[in-house]
Amino acid sequence: MVKEKIIAMLAEATDTDAAEITMETKFSDLGIDSLDMTEMAMDLEDEFSIEFTPSPELNTVGKLVEAVEKLTAEA
Amino acid sequence: MSFRIMGTGMYVPPKVVTNDDLSQIVETSDEWISKRVGIRERHISETEFTSEMGAKAAKAALEDAGCQVEDIDMILSASVSGETSSPSTACMIQHYLGATCPAMELNAACAAFLYLLETAAAYFALHQEYQKILVVGCERISGILDWSDRSTCVIFADGAGAAVLERGSNYLDSICNVKGGDDVIKIPHDIGCSPFFKREQDTPYIHMQGQETFKYAVNSIAQDITTLLERNHLTIDDIAWIVPHQANLRIIDFSSKRLGIDPKKMFVNIERYGNTSSASVPIALHELKESGQLKRGDKIILVAFGGGLSDMACLLEY
Repeated sequence: MVKEKIIAMLAEATDTDAAEITMETKFSDLGIDSLDMTEMAMDLEDEFSIEFTPSPELNTVGKLVEAVEKLTAEA
Repeated sequence: MSFRIMGTGMYVPPKVVTNDDLSQIVETSDEWISKRVGIRERHISETEFTSEMGAKAAKAALEDAGCQVEDIDMILSASVSGETSSPSTACMIQHYLGATCPAMELNAACAAFLYLLETAAAYFALHQEYQKILVVGCERISGILDWSDRSTCVIFADGAGAAVLERGSNYLDSICNVKGGDDVIKIPHDIGCSPFFKREQDTPYIHMQGQETFKYAVNSIAQDITTLLERNHLTIDDIAWIVPHQANLRIIDFSSKRLGIDPKKMFVNIERYGNTSSASVPIALHELKESGQLKRGDKIILVAFGGGLSDMACLLEY
């Protein structure tokens, strides 16, 4: 569910076909910058009732999905 | 008792610095700044100090209001970039205007112009004899920028905005919040050369955590506006304009999205002025009025946020 949500958000934000976004996709390849990440984090906070500030280490879709899944499990 | 806005004025220094000019100084581009921040050009002072720009904006506001300097009962100014800690920019503006009334400066960073309005409302309530108060936000932010830091030097700029307030009943409601701390935004002073002081200090420039600032700004804009509307039993359709602090176009756009409002409700002029801190709201208000799109009787919301962290919103009838 987290994975699907994040991929849907990225597809909409970057006007990319969701099928082209994989867990290995780098945010830099999608043209996502730090403020895009912050916008997405704020939407994810609302969606999953978590608190979260993205760090530069979360540079791929898979790493973000993993981080959000961990937070939702703890919430 | 509160006030109504009689007149507004602004001043920006003549030197225009474009994104292409900045790309000669730091690694950046017109495309990146325009797309990512929403700024195309900004005004940077070459010879004028903060309070001199403040005085010019104040004169314009007095002229717009049809007032003489002698009519003003108090001058309130705000700045984080005054040329001196003392005298304050308010005292120097009083000097340049040839006024004799009391003058005082306050600091609430980019939210400060709204805190000036709040303070003016309090002074109108305290001193029944006060009829007019001049409020001025003025900045020479270019003097407190690290011009090798592309994350800040492309955003901030210089300018001043002012308003003449007259005793009245048009300041309808306000909300002020502070979340004190220096981990997100700070502007250290020069620590001087005391032979006894042992601590080191960061450089005396703007230090800003972009992501945290963005989050704070968007959340405070959305929450402050929602609170003002709810407790005044209004909807966004009752509001003619929202005049936000011009910090970053993406903050304004994302706030609109989260509020679920038409982005056109937000007045934006950041593309020509950049972020002028405490001057941004009065400059935007003045341009909105000059554009003919703001009518007497319109309900408007001003909203701002910045270092402190401080945020504030107010509901006014223009």
